[in-house]
This record gives sequence, C-alpha cells and structure tokens, in this order.
Amino acid sequence: MPITEVDVEKVAQLAHMEITPDELKIFAPQMADIVAYVEQLNALDTADVQPSLGGLTPEGETTDSAREDTTAPSLGQKTALAEAPDAASGHFRVPKVL
Amino acid sequence: MADNGKTISELASGIKSGEITARAVVESSVAAAEKLNETLNAFLEIDRDGATKRAATIDSTSPLAGIPIAIKDNICVQGMQTSCGSRILGDYHPPYNATVIDRLLSAGAVVIGKTNCDEFAMGSSNENSAFGAVKNPWDTSRVPGGSSGGSAAAVAAGIVPVALGSDTGGSVRQPASLCGVVGLKPTYGRNSRYGLVAFASSLDQVGIFARTTEDVARVLEIIAGRDLHDATTADVPVPDYASQLSGDIKGARLGFPKALFGEGLDAEVRASVEAAVNVYRDLGAEIVEVELPHAQYSIAVYYIIATAEASSNLARFDGVRYGFRAEDAPELRQMYRKTREEGFGPEVKRRIMLGTYVLSAGYYDAYYRKAQQVRSLLKQDFQKAFERCDAIITPTSPTPAFLLGEKVDDPLAMYLNDVYTVTANLAGIPGLSVPCGLSAGRLPIGFQLLGGYWSEPTLFKLAHAYETAQPFTERPPVHAD
Repeated sequence: MPITEVDVEKVAQLAHMEITPDELKIFAPQMADIVAYVEQLNALDTADVQPSLGGLTPEGETTDSAREDTTAPSLGQKTALAEAPDAASGHFRVPKVL
Repeated sequence: MADNGKTISELASGIKSGEITARAVVESSVAAAEKLNETLNAFLEIDRDGATKRAATIDSTSPLAGIPIAIKDNICVQGMQTSCGSRILGDYHPPYNATVIDRLLSAGAVVIGKTNCDEFAMGSSNENSAFGAVKNPWDTSRVPGGSSGGSAAAVAAGIVPVALGSDTGGSVRQPASLCGVVGLKPTYGRNSRYGLVAFASSLDQVGIFARTTEDVARVLEIIAGRDLHDATTADVPVPDYASQLSGDIKGARLGFPKALFGEGLDAEVRASVEAAVNVYRDLGAEIVEVELPHAQYSIAVYYIIATAEASSNLARFDGVRYGFRAEDAPELRQMYRKTREEGFGPEVKRRIMLGTYVLSAGYYDAYYRKAQQVRSLLKQDFQKAFERCDAIITPTSPTPAFLLGEKVDDPLAMYLNDVYTVTANLAGIPGLSVPCGLSAGRLPIGFQLLGGYWSEPTLFKLAHAYETAQPFTERPPVHAD
C-alpha cells in the first residue's frame, strides 16, 4: 500500500516533528518511492532465518562489558547544564507541560 | 610551506630529527586550511590558537608528535564545536573528548579543525550540511562524496596528512574514492564510538582518511581497541598494523564478485577496477570468483535498519539539554515539534520519518524484522565467500564524483551511490578504499577491499602491495602549496 500524505502526517506526529504543507507534498511521494523500493525484500523467503540483533562480531558478543559497580567522577551539575538553551537554578527549564 | 602534502612518516622523521618543528608543521597546516576553505568549505571550525599552542608543547618522541589532524564535526573534541552539520546542534561545545580523540592527543597529534559533513552523517554528497556543501578539490563544481566529505577533501588537498570520519554506510570509503585518498571503515567494535554522535549504532564506526595505507595503519593502531565507555568495542588485541605492511602477496586469494560489475557501474570505473585486479594477478594473487547473492538487497536492508536506528538515536534532540530551541512555543510538546521542524534539514527529517514508519505498530515485522533477517543472509554470504578467499575486491563507488545539485532532488538515486559500501556495515566487516587512477575527466576512481572480521592487516598488506606497484601520485588542482 503506497504511503499517502495522511501516513506522513501521522508519522511526523509520532516523531515529534511539525511538518509544513509544502514539506508534506515533497516528502509523501519521496517516501512512497523509498518504501516501494525496500519492499523488494518481500521477494525473499526468510521464514527460517534468524534476524540479526545488531552489529556485533562473534568476538564482540563474547566480550565481557560489565564493570565494577563503583562510583566514578561525572560531569557535575554546572558542566551538564552549560549547553542548555534554558537552564535555571541548577535545572533544565522547559515550557509548561500541561 | 613545503610541509603540506607530506605523509605522517615524512613529517614524524623530520620532527624527530629536528629538521622541522611541530609548530611549523601545524602552522603550515592551519594556514592551508584557512586559505583553501574559501574554495572548498571543508572546515566548519579552524582552531588556529589552540592548535599552535598545543604544537609548542609536543613531546617529539610520541608516535604522532606534531601531526596535524582534522576531525569530522560529529566526533567530540573538547574546546571545539560539534555541530554534526546541523542547525539543531549549531555551536554546541561538548564537555568531553571522544575516546578516539583522547588516544590521538596522547599520541601527540594536534587537532587543527572540525570538518564539514552531511547533517548527522546522512548523505553521499555533503550537500545535506546545514552550512553549505564541500567542494571536491579535483573539480569544484563536483561533490566530494559524503558524508565525511570535509575530511576527505582536507586530506586530498594536502591540508592534513590524516583525518577522521565516520562510516555508517560508506561515509568514509565513498568520499575517499571520490577525492582520491585512502579510506578505512574498520571491523565493527574495532574503534570506540564513545563521543561519536550516534546515527545508526549497529552500523557506525569511526574511520580514517590518509594519502597512504601506511598512514591509515599508523593511526588505526593508536585509536583502536577496547574502551569501557563503549560496550560494543571488542576485546581483540590491536596489532602493530604499520609494521606488517610489506611482503609479497603471492598466493593471496582475491575474491572477484563478477555479478557486482554489471548494470549501473560506470564504464571507466569498471575498467579501472578491472585493471587493479590485473595488477593483483601480476603480483601473484590468485583471483577467485565469488558470489554474494544477497548483496543486491543491501540498499533496501540498509535504508530500513539505518533509518530505524536513526529515528531512535535522534529523539534526543529536543531543545532541552543542548543545542537549538525554537522560540514562541509556550507548551512543551509544541516546543519539541517546532525545535525539530526548524532544527533538522530535509534529509534528516525524511530518515527520521522513514525510521518511525518502519518501526511503527503493524509494520515492524514487515520491514524491520524482515531487514534483520536479510542482514543475516548477507552475513552468511560473506562467511561463505571468505572460506574461498582472503579479501574481496569491488568498486567503491559506481561513478566518479558527480555534479553538485545533480541528485539532490532524488533521494533514492542518491542512496544507490552506496551500493558497494553498505554491505560492509551490515555485515560488520572492514572495508578499505584505495585510489586506482583518474577518469578521462581527471576525477579519481577507487577500488574497495573487503575482508573478514579483524582482517585489517590483510587489507593493509594487499593495499600496500598495490600502492607500491601502482603509486597514485597525482594531485588535485586545489592543493596546499
């Protein structure tokens, strides 16, 4: 089923992105093209194939990535807030939620 | 100055012997970056003060003492910006170094600047940068490739001997090929991704550009290895790559996937890569035909998995903790939406939406799970092929550098540029692009060597043998003095 402008609007909403009517007109056919292209995978029978879970090599999978549960230095409040668009009293300030 | 255009080994021996100083090398590199940036737009930030100060304090016994290096602007360097070529990060200054940067600095390297790239590394032409496209030093009306186009152009133009980029679907190898330099995408888990801004976490690797394989090897042995900050780095020893380059390659088995040399491949690129195959034959390598029956599906698989991972990774850009925030949004959700609408460019939006679509309820099995299954089939293809050969040779890019603007309105056509490179990211194997000549229009052509997991030493040895037999000594018209 080809992607329509309604689908694109819904997806933009799920992705927390506003989308202008002009963008909608450009994106809908482009995304429809790309989705139609990736649907060529349907030609393959994969009923018995295990999906990959990520990019790890066999050696990466057996690498123990646990560490000792001890404290270590972190950024600290001042540094963590230094790049915030609106920091106030040691917090990230955001517009009203409700 | 004459220092520009030299390799790491030439510069390092000059600095060690006292013939030149680290400071002079770095100053000359910075001056070239400043001068050529008007033409190339390869750098988004050039740190003249920081770099020259640091050069004055270098211990000349370090392995990369005084070597100027350029870093793609999606890898964090403390004290410099990390914009990812995006308006949503703008002049974000990260409070820490990526692990690969810490390791380069400990080895004495000097970061001279941050290089331009497609926004969040999404693109094959560099035209998706919010700060303007990079120009190819071989022909400034053409793209340098992408997404690490700034790093490729900086090395090709002799500004720096080496630069870092990131490779999620070919973003180091393809621009390396289009700019006539060597480019490596290592095995997944070879280099730490800590401090590399995530695009598609199961595909991303930090890669290296240089003018010779030897220089790539020298940098890889510094930056590679386990990092406790990145759980996907593997506990696999890091060899002295640069000391294992020479020696004959008689009897090496080179896989030739005939089916990939068909439709869609530019005739000059085909002839040039086939000539490289003949060079290998003359050097004593055995050419073995191999098949990768699922390679034809790799672009489809890639654009499902990469966009799915991107939609999740880029959810963090919400105008709260760092970067840009839209004004006039009195309510939180509205602020998220406006920030992301105004902060992201069209390609990033397209990919976030595609990724959201393929992961959304009702579509997950049809797209995402299906793609991960075909990814398994592709891995099996490579596994079988590497039982019969030590490495596989393919073109890196189906065409030489195309014109700026040529493919910008057709995302699918742009995606097909990555047809030879995405397989390595999906399978997690290393890939190395090596220059092998110029087209009639004097545009660089490269071939790609693919190997099994952790086979970087084999790829380096094969590439070095080719370089020795067929040195690529041409320089682009836009080049440092």
